[in-house]
Amino acid sequence: MKRSIAVFIVLLGFPLAMSAIDNLFYVSFASRVIIYAIAATSLNLVLGYGGMISFGHAAFVGAGAYAASICIAEGVASAWLGWPAAIAASALAAWLIGAVSLRTRGVYFIMITLAFAQMAFYLVNSMKAYGGDEGLPLPQRAELGLGLDLGNEVVFYYVVLFFLALSLYGLHRVMQSRFGRVVIAIRENEARAEAIGLPVYRYQLACFVIAGAVAGLAGALLASHGKYVNPNVLHWVQSGTLMIMVILGGVGQLWGGAIGAFVLLGLEHVISDYPLPWLAAVAPNYPQHANLGVGLVMLAVVLFAPHGIAGLLSRRRGA
Amino acid sequence: MSWILILEQSLNGLQFGLMLFLLAAGLTLVFGIMDMINLAHGSLYMLGAFIASTLVQATGSFVAGVLLAIPATAILGMVLEISVLRTLYARDHLSQVLATFALILIINELTRLAWGSDAALPMPQALSGPVELLPGLRYPAYRLVIIAVGVLVAVLLFILVTKTRVGMRVRAGASNREMALAMGVDIKTLFTLVFGAGAALCALAGAMLAPLFAVQVGMGENILILAFVVIVIGGIGSIRGALVGAVLVGIVDTIGRAFLPILFGIFFQPRVASAAGPAIASVLIYLLMAVVLFLRPRGLFPARG
Repeated sequence: MKRSIAVFIVLLGFPLAMSAIDNLFYVSFASRVIIYAIAATSLNLVLGYGGMISFGHAAFVGAGAYAASICIAEGVASAWLGWPAAIAASALAAWLIGAVSLRTRGVYFIMITLAFAQMAFYLVNSMKAYGGDEGLPLPQRAELGLGLDLGNEVVFYYVVLFFLALSLYGLHRVMQSRFGRVVIAIRENEARAEAIGLPVYRYQLACFVIAGAVAGLAGALLASHGKYVNPNVLHWVQSGTLMIMVILGGVGQLWGGAIGAFVLLGLEHVISDYPLPWLAAVAPNYPQHANLGVGLVMLAVVLFAPHGIAGLLSRRRGA
Repeated sequence: MSWILILEQSLNGLQFGLMLFLLAAGLTLVFGIMDMINLAHGSLYMLGAFIASTLVQATGSFVAGVLLAIPATAILGMVLEISVLRTLYARDHLSQVLATFALILIINELTRLAWGSDAALPMPQALSGPVELLPGLRYPAYRLVIIAVGVLVAVLLFILVTKTRVGMRVRAGASNREMALAMGVDIKTLFTLVFGAGAALCALAGAMLAPLFAVQVGMGENILILAFVVIVIGGIGSIRGALVGAVLVGIVDTIGRAFLPILFGIFFQPRVASAAGPAIASVLIYLLMAVVLFLRPRGLFPARG
């Protein structure tokens, strides 16, 4: 808990420091990282705590992103309408997809969630009225009112930071509750949970819907952040990337999703925008191949840090 | 909508389905025997196509180039299996997904370094024309060759798996790994071989499809998902299931794309039809998979008894 508060104090001070050296690019970049952290945290609820390996989480991010974008494109810019609409759309999608998928188990669950996400991907691809495969540029970010201008990078940063704090606190509270205990019990031993009379399916579905709703909020924020949405937010590689963030950070660890998002996006950025002089001397074009470095780091994490980065940190603390 | 068009599209579907089968056969065995999710299977397909494009240019012969690309890719696959994938069998699905996703990124970038973002693999001149199959039905010769190769490989694979000793071990491994181990099957070597064979089939599919599709980095990712759909429909670990699933997916996808927009045009206004037709057509196979899984949660031909 103390650690979490310390991290948030640093995050609160970050835009002030960046404003002082007049570097707003990093404030915007940090907002993007935080939005991905929210999405990855929501996936961690399903994947890490619930033990359901969903390979279609991008569908919910996408449902939220498109719902919010369509509101703005149709002239309803108020975040008070757009964001709840995004949450409702993705919760509905999660409920429908979850209701069917949760009847299967194991590898089949992985594949059926993937199949539904692909369906959603092709559906938005064919929505010609909203850009189709070219995507939908937005005239502006959502409007929050209250004297807060989301067009301002620093204000936007604090808003997304607020939602990250809310998601993490929510996840923490949910996992302390009876509901959370049941979800973990199901992950640990589904047959036993069923045998002592817990309604396994209902709990799993509820967990799935909550995670979908939060992912939808992340999607709405993402669309506002870039003032643009395109079908690639629903592509399966995007679902894979969210999974990677969770696994990289730490499956079933409170900060897992956030750490993973920070490390993955940070790594991409550092490799492609900060060429190391000695490496650039050998291979001048290497920043264009940033994914090679990202891939090697990911492989190293799987082979040498099975519990992710959060696992490494807590083990060190325990020692 | 004449019967010739229907026949032509069915042949296209069969042709695509047979190539999907080549990919799915390797994937389903890897999945079935070792319970391993290998997302990098599509990367082998891509590598096969790139290697074939280089070898075809080097040898000046399409057949020689493709035939040489197959063992080359098989060796790469076996090296990959021995160096990285082998350590992942005992791990959970999540670790396998992460590691093989990392492999996709690594192989994509290495391919880009070696070849650039795309390569050319032109169709052999002799096969570029059409053949008159029936009066009024002219069909591209090259696509017929693909169908012939696909059928031939399917038959060979079927004989290999059902009639030979190696095939018996593979089936034993797929249906009950622990029991096969206890009966003295050397799963480790067997699996390296299966993986090599899977890579070889990937290379064949990649090289054969290359003249029809573009050879480019990332080509493996989309077809990989189709291959997964195929093996899930067919039942994981079952070669027969992979064949049925692949042909089913190939035909449903091709026929759907060709005729759904027309069919919708009959019932709906043109504006609705032109928007909804292609959309429904592209989700048709995923719909098929969801329905199959809903009715038969273990696929059409479950391998594990």
